[in-house]
Amino acid sequence: MLKSNTKLLQLSVTLAACAFLFVPTLQSVLAGVTANYFRGVSSGLTLKWVGQVWELYAGSIFLSIQIALACLAATLIIGVPAAYALARNPGRMSRVLEEFISLPLAVPGLALALALLQLYGTNHGFRTHWSFILVGHVLYTLPFMVRSVMSVLAAIDLKTLEEGAASLGASPQRRFFDIVVPNALPGILAGALTVVTLSIGEFNLTWMLHTPHLKTLPVGLADSYASMRLEVASAYTLVFFVMIVPLLLAMQWASARAQRITQ
Amino acid sequence: MTLTLRNIAKTFAGGTRALLPTDLEINKGEIVSLLGPSGCGKSTLLRIIAGLETADPGAAIHFDGEDVTAQPVESRKVGMVFQSYALFPNMSVRGNIAYGLKMQKLPKSEIKARVDEVVTLCQLEKYVSQPIASLSGGQRQRVALARAFAPRPRLLLLDEPLSALDAALRTQLRDELAQLLRNFGITAIFVTHDQNEAMAIADRVAVMSHGKVAQIGTPEALYRNPDTAFVARFVGDAQPLVGRIEGNMLYLQGGKLPLSRAAEGHQAFVRAEDIRLEPRGPLCAKVEAVTFLGAHYRIALTGAAKETLFALYGGLNAPSPGDTVRLAIAPQSILTLPVDKEVA
Amino acid sequence: MFRPIVVCLGILDMTQRQFLLLCFLPLAIFTLAFLALPLARLILASSESEAGWAIYLKILQTPRYLSTLLQTVLVSVAVTFAALAISTTAGLFLVRNTFPGRSVLLSILTLPLAFPGVVVGFMIILLGGRQGLVNQLLPGHWVFAYSVLGLFLGYLYFSIPRVLLTVMAAAEKIDPALEEAALTLGAPSYRITLDVLLPALASALIAAGAIAFATAMGAFGTAFTLATKIDVLPMVIYTEFTLSANIAMASALSVVLGLVTWALLLIARSFSGTTVAAGG
Ligand SMILES: Nc1ncnc2c1ncn2[C@@H]1O[C@H](COP(=O)(O)OP(=O)(O)O)[C@@H](O)[C@H]1O
Ligand SMILES: [Mg+2]
Repeated sequence: MLKSNTKLLQLSVTLAACAFLFVPTLQSVLAGVTANYFRGVSSGLTLKWVGQVWELYAGSIFLSIQIALACLAATLIIGVPAAYALARNPGRMSRVLEEFISLPLAVPGLALALALLQLYGTNHGFRTHWSFILVGHVLYTLPFMVRSVMSVLAAIDLKTLEEGAASLGASPQRRFFDIVVPNALPGILAGALTVVTLSIGEFNLTWMLHTPHLKTLPVGLADSYASMRLEVASAYTLVFFVMIVPLLLAMQWASARAQRITQ
Repeated sequence: MTLTLRNIAKTFAGGTRALLPTDLEINKGEIVSLLGPSGCGKSTLLRIIAGLETADPGAAIHFDGEDVTAQPVESRKVGMVFQSYALFPNMSVRGNIAYGLKMQKLPKSEIKARVDEVVTLCQLEKYVSQPIASLSGGQRQRVALARAFAPRPRLLLLDEPLSALDAALRTQLRDELAQLLRNFGITAIFVTHDQNEAMAIADRVAVMSHGKVAQIGTPEALYRNPDTAFVARFVGDAQPLVGRIEGNMLYLQGGKLPLSRAAEGHQAFVRAEDIRLEPRGPLCAKVEAVTFLGAHYRIALTGAAKETLFALYGGLNAPSPGDTVRLAIAPQSILTLPVDKEVA
Repeated sequence: MFRPIVVCLGILDMTQRQFLLLCFLPLAIFTLAFLALPLARLILASSESEAGWAIYLKILQTPRYLSTLLQTVLVSVAVTFAALAISTTAGLFLVRNTFPGRSVLLSILTLPLAFPGVVVGFMIILLGGRQGLVNQLLPGHWVFAYSVLGLFLGYLYFSIPRVLLTVMAAAEKIDPALEEAALTLGAPSYRITLDVLLPALASALIAAGAIAFATAMGAFGTAFTLATKIDVLPMVIYTEFTLSANIAMASALSVVLGLVTWALLLIARSFSGTTVAAGG
């Protein structure tokens, strides 16, 4: 009796939390395709608002995709070799370095953006180029890539595998591409999906770094929340969900897969 | 290939002296086993030969007279079989075996021919296209061997290649491995802590202790004429006969035994299989315990020497615990060795 | 894509050491240029008003900043405890029970992980804004999105998934035999929760709490969208920087905020060994 009561309480809390998180999501999806939200769904379903969002904000969506892909490339080039080097050199220095590059996880994006703005804000060419936003995104997502790859590398006996390859005549760079990268792939995949997901959703840094001509998707969202009618804001949020939810699910799948390897 | 090692020593960063200056000579086509207890420096020596570890300054490693001391592992052309096999999980069996050949940038057709040859030799035909994860321990061991051997290394190095297997499989694969190595006709060094493995596989065995080679010789020579008490104990489990030696007589608690030579100041040892139960034997002992081992009984005896002695008894009517028995040991079966400081 | 790199690296005959250094190089350049130097600049900039380094003292002496700091801490503490309570209850339930629809519930509960703070703010507006659900369903005027409650709910919205994941990961590692042992000893289920489960979860709860607190402290997007009447630290930093152009103060407040959140996440990591994404 007592046991089932406890269970019931737990279930109610779980369902309430789900409702709290899911109901507004559903609302925004509905509002995005409802002709007049104030009158309710009975006013009819329409894709008018989504079309309007596309007209107004297609540019910001493409910019976000462009930055996310560039961010992915940068974190791959910077993060994968670094994760390998950190995994092969365990020690105090490596831990300090790992801690340092993880700062952007802890320090709020706003503070990082202020720091970047003060050092590079006066360089007009850079300040107004999309790569300025990219730098912020790489800064924020890099630790995810590094850690994801490192955790997979830590789980395989990398040193011995490399020694095996070396004894067969493979040079350090061959070993990296033949042994390290293929065996780190689950971690690289999980890291890549995390990087893209986070980059597309990044707001805190981007809001400070963007210029009126360079609006990413979340910046556009903030813009629409402040100045558009509810239906348009919802439709835009709907578009964002359509992009981010599959990415999130893929990311969770890939992370769980990578985690299974590390156990 | 002839391998010459001069003055090989290794002190690790933490200060551990894993190897004391060691010299070793291995002849072309010879299979040598490094035998010793865990931590005595076997792997370190093997890894220095491979180039995976650098020896302390002053060392010299020659392959067929060529000085390879400064060469990195990837240019030494040694084949290495790791304790954990270190098979590449991202490649199939074929990919693993072909890897070393690819590194030599051989034409594809030549790589294929060689891989097929080695696969046949190691009886891996059935598994070539399987992923590594699907193989059993014994199969992995053979793939590791095939991979190391495929690029025609100058020297094959094996670090406890059987220790990852369970006991039953280990004995079977030990004999298979011995046969394969013979068929390869390659110079090989084989690290193990198991004396039976060393004896079954090697032409010569180097017994190591505390970072040094204590003795090197054929299995028979080590068994019959150990140089030190350590070797006698480690190879064939010799038991100390603690007592007093005067001239060529050994005085023990349970009686006196003639020795084959005068050995004052030495220590006497005997192996279980050399102790005979004989009604008129010179030694008196009490049976403490009797263990049936199938082919024979193992009898624990007290009162003969200072420590409990074990004897093997192959007859039908084994004595019972509590019985008093008499023992005989042939003079030539008693090993008289200098007192070993490390062991004593 | 890798081929040319391999070929061009192949020309150089590198030792393992040199190659590892090469692997560090991109990271070193990027981190120096875009993390180390900017952070140094930020810290220096905080001293570039007439007050000099005493600006940090000024934060404590100015009632507006002090009350902002206090409010931010209070909201964050409240959110942390609420998220811990809800997520631990739900997490334990989801770990201990299998039923149809479980994975759907789990997906719903982790979905907001990918929502930026602005979107979370919008979710709260949809719930408690002027055209919000609650205001439509209930008689009377129910608009709370722009109040402290709205801010609290917004922070709770993005904290629940983060805490849930940490708690569930830890709960999955608890040996079921512990619970069974307590059962065989006759412990009622509330005692099992108190005596077995919560102690086993303690370090995960501390870690998750620290993460939730740090995330709430630094959250900007949600507060920005809700444009609440109460001030939280990130919003004050933003207004100091953009509206008042008080760059030194904005920098100093950023440094303080950064130090607090960093220290908290360091604690979190020492307890759990992992850090879930900050942000929000
Ligand atoms: N990388 C290392 N760093 C420090 N000490 C080591 C290292 N490798 C081995 N040792 C030490 O050197 C000694 C010999 O080790 P090893 O050659 O592996 O022994 P064996 O293979 O005979 O068991 C041991 O005391 C071991 O702890
Ligand atoms: Mg060893």
